[in-house]
Amino acid sequence: MTAISLQNLDVSYDGNRVVKGATFDVAEGESFALVGESGSGKSTVLKAIAGLAPEWAGTIEVLGKPRSHRPDRALARQCQMVFQDPYGSLHPRKTVDSVLSEALKIHGLGNRDERVEQVLTDVGLDRRFRFRYPHQLSGGQRQRVAIARALMLEPKVMLLDEPTSALDVSVQAEILNLLKRLRAEHNLTYLMVSHDLPVVGFMCDRMAVMTKGEIVEIAPGTALHDGAFTHPYARALYAASGG
Amino acid sequence: MRDWLMSESPESRVQAGAGRAWRALLMLLRNPLAVIGGLIVLLLIVTAVAAPLIAPESGVGQDLPNRLLPPSWDHWMGTDELGRDIFSRVVYGARITLLIVGLVAVISAPLGLIVGAVAGYFGGWTDKILMGFTDIFLSMPKLILALAFVAALGPGIENAIIAIAITAWPAYARIARAETLTFRNAEFVAATRLLGASHGRIILLHVLPLCTSSMIIRVTLDMAGIILTAAGLGFLGLGAQPPLPEWGAMISRGRVFILDQWWVATMPGLAIILVSLGFCFLGDGLRDVLDPKSAGKS
Amino acid sequence: MSEPLLSVRDLKVSFPTHTGRVNVVDGLGFDLGRERLGIVGESGSGKSMTGRAILRLIRPPGRVTAERLRFDGTDLLTLPESKMRPIRGARISMVMQDPRYSLNPVMTIGRQIAEALRMHENLGRAATRARVRDMLEAVQINDPDRVSQMYAHEVSGGMGQRIMIAMMLVPRPQILIADEPTSALDVSVQAQVLDLIDDLVRDHGMGLILISHDLNLVARYCDRIMVMNAGRVVERCDAADLAQATHPYTRGLLAAVPRMHETRETLPVLDRSQWEGT
Repeated sequence: MTAISLQNLDVSYDGNRVVKGATFDVAEGESFALVGESGSGKSTVLKAIAGLAPEWAGTIEVLGKPRSHRPDRALARQCQMVFQDPYGSLHPRKTVDSVLSEALKIHGLGNRDERVEQVLTDVGLDRRFRFRYPHQLSGGQRQRVAIARALMLEPKVMLLDEPTSALDVSVQAEILNLLKRLRAEHNLTYLMVSHDLPVVGFMCDRMAVMTKGEIVEIAPGTALHDGAFTHPYARALYAASGG
Repeated sequence: MRDWLMSESPESRVQAGAGRAWRALLMLLRNPLAVIGGLIVLLLIVTAVAAPLIAPESGVGQDLPNRLLPPSWDHWMGTDELGRDIFSRVVYGARITLLIVGLVAVISAPLGLIVGAVAGYFGGWTDKILMGFTDIFLSMPKLILALAFVAALGPGIENAIIAIAITAWPAYARIARAETLTFRNAEFVAATRLLGASHGRIILLHVLPLCTSSMIIRVTLDMAGIILTAAGLGFLGLGAQPPLPEWGAMISRGRVFILDQWWVATMPGLAIILVSLGFCFLGDGLRDVLDPKSAGKS
Repeated sequence: MSEPLLSVRDLKVSFPTHTGRVNVVDGLGFDLGRERLGIVGESGSGKSMTGRAILRLIRPPGRVTAERLRFDGTDLLTLPESKMRPIRGARISMVMQDPRYSLNPVMTIGRQIAEALRMHENLGRAATRARVRDMLEAVQINDPDRVSQMYAHEVSGGMGQRIMIAMMLVPRPQILIADEPTSALDVSVQAQVLDLIDDLVRDHGMGLILISHDLNLVARYCDRIMVMNAGRVVERCDAADLAQATHPYTRGLLAAVPRMHETRETLPVLDRSQWEGT
């Protein structure tokens, strides 16, 4: 079964088309990357799937169900997102505990204490972090909290928007390992946006190369080993990244 | 107890909240002006609550043989034209002042907060309409607008409070909107939406708590203005009606004797200045403590 | 051996916290000649503070002390601010991370570069314009006359950063401090900007301090490398010998970066207990 299926997706901001005719399928359990440089529209694709970019046309299907243009509570249980900036993605005045229980409250799920403790263990945070505020956490710890929040509703699909690009390399390694372990443990599907080809090589099975709003090539992760890209832009990007 | 409050890894929701409040209190206590302001406001509250215990007389009965006595041991602030002890009236007046600032804050701050947050969060036409409405109120001078409302509603303390509250909220709506705009596109708002939260829930539980600190600061700083507006209405005879010991009305009565019996107008005037200053100091101190821009850094 | 261009000994930068003053740079020392020195570290390592301390850009309550901070025979530490100004910008320049925040949004690019030049040299109008033109050409801007008339928001990130470099280099400084000059840029533009800095530094015989979090990038563009952690230098080596680095922190950093030909299942994670507390 396909986890995410996009057909001719166009996304606009204020009338400007920033994504043109994006088409790809991500299989369940697969880890798929969207790579490209700033302004290529790769993050916009994620936003459209998540429902944060309302001006879109085409079809978006998540786990076989087409997405409507309206906010979708049922989708929240299946598809969650982790953002780039660990400083901006946590509410500055809420404790880790209240950030994590929010999802449970919205969906009226019980057993909150147990679930919060469980997800904290899952992302490798000690329980003494549970009642801290974001300013008492390091960047890496914040990103773990953001991942924990996304896991709270036990989704099948995770959208990752440059999840480590704001972190130090040593912390990046920890978070990448964590994401990889979580995917195996929870049988998750990842759609990850990144500009960093080596990170994609570590995390993903396949990738779509985007430039100027268009997908120019879809290649397997092994293309990063042998440089087997066909489109000139993909080759140039590969070369510039030190391939 | 101290360790429990200052713990870096609290054990429960209550401890986390208490710890944050305790740290804010410690910071507030380190600011001398804020402490002075806090003490003055505390004094106002204690005076208002314990007025019958503090005031030597009831402050309403007439005692014509003792009219217009200068300050002395018997009458610390002298007596007015009806022989009433001014000190007692100032003490009872604290109740009225507290009532006015309290009610105005309770009515206008939440109103402004919600209007501003809704306008800022949704943007577009909602924003244009709500803010256009706000600007109409904002463009009229406060006292004149309050005057017009009192004239329409009829004089009296309740109407004065309503009139002041109606003139006070637009400023809060502006602040709440400005605050909301700074984080309406923040990732934590987007993340909460993705969890399936409704707009109402996001505004109430995620956006409003971030506006409240700047609102508390602004309301505290505005208290002085509210007291002065109330006093102004009282002075013009449109606020509290005699024989209520409202400070502005007392000054108004004392105006007639200002040259010969200076204390009649001066004593309530001093009370107004003191309380206004107290709120200003406290507001400045709170700004240093609560301002989110300075909070996360410590 | 002649005196180096810049000589730093026992540099300390401290900031007050509620638990007392903390040294964010703690006893740093190095000499810089006409060469390229890389300072590498993670956030909080004190690498950016080092660059700022040299230019005396640390504001109170931050405090800078050093046994020696000499530039070309002048003691920077005791120099009055009025004498520091002609050095800053004219003889030691600094390129910051994000050009969007460093360029003045309401002044044309040509005027900004001309301003930078006028502050330090007294040239005629025509001579100034010629220098600005030359400089923009030197940073590989194809149409310097047109770009001179543009404003900061009209140029891309990469071009903005090249303009910043032009502005910093137009007074012909002896040392260029580049603090994460390319981390806000796309990979394809990164290489262009760094190659450009490299060429200009070689051509003018300048000293370069390249501050970055990226070990491999620094290794490619520098002669020598200092690795910083928690305000101290944990490793000094020639860029060519980076692969043979000995300190566990440096080795950990090198290993933690995913490679293009990645085959590892998990990335090795730094074991901070190995050197902390030593």
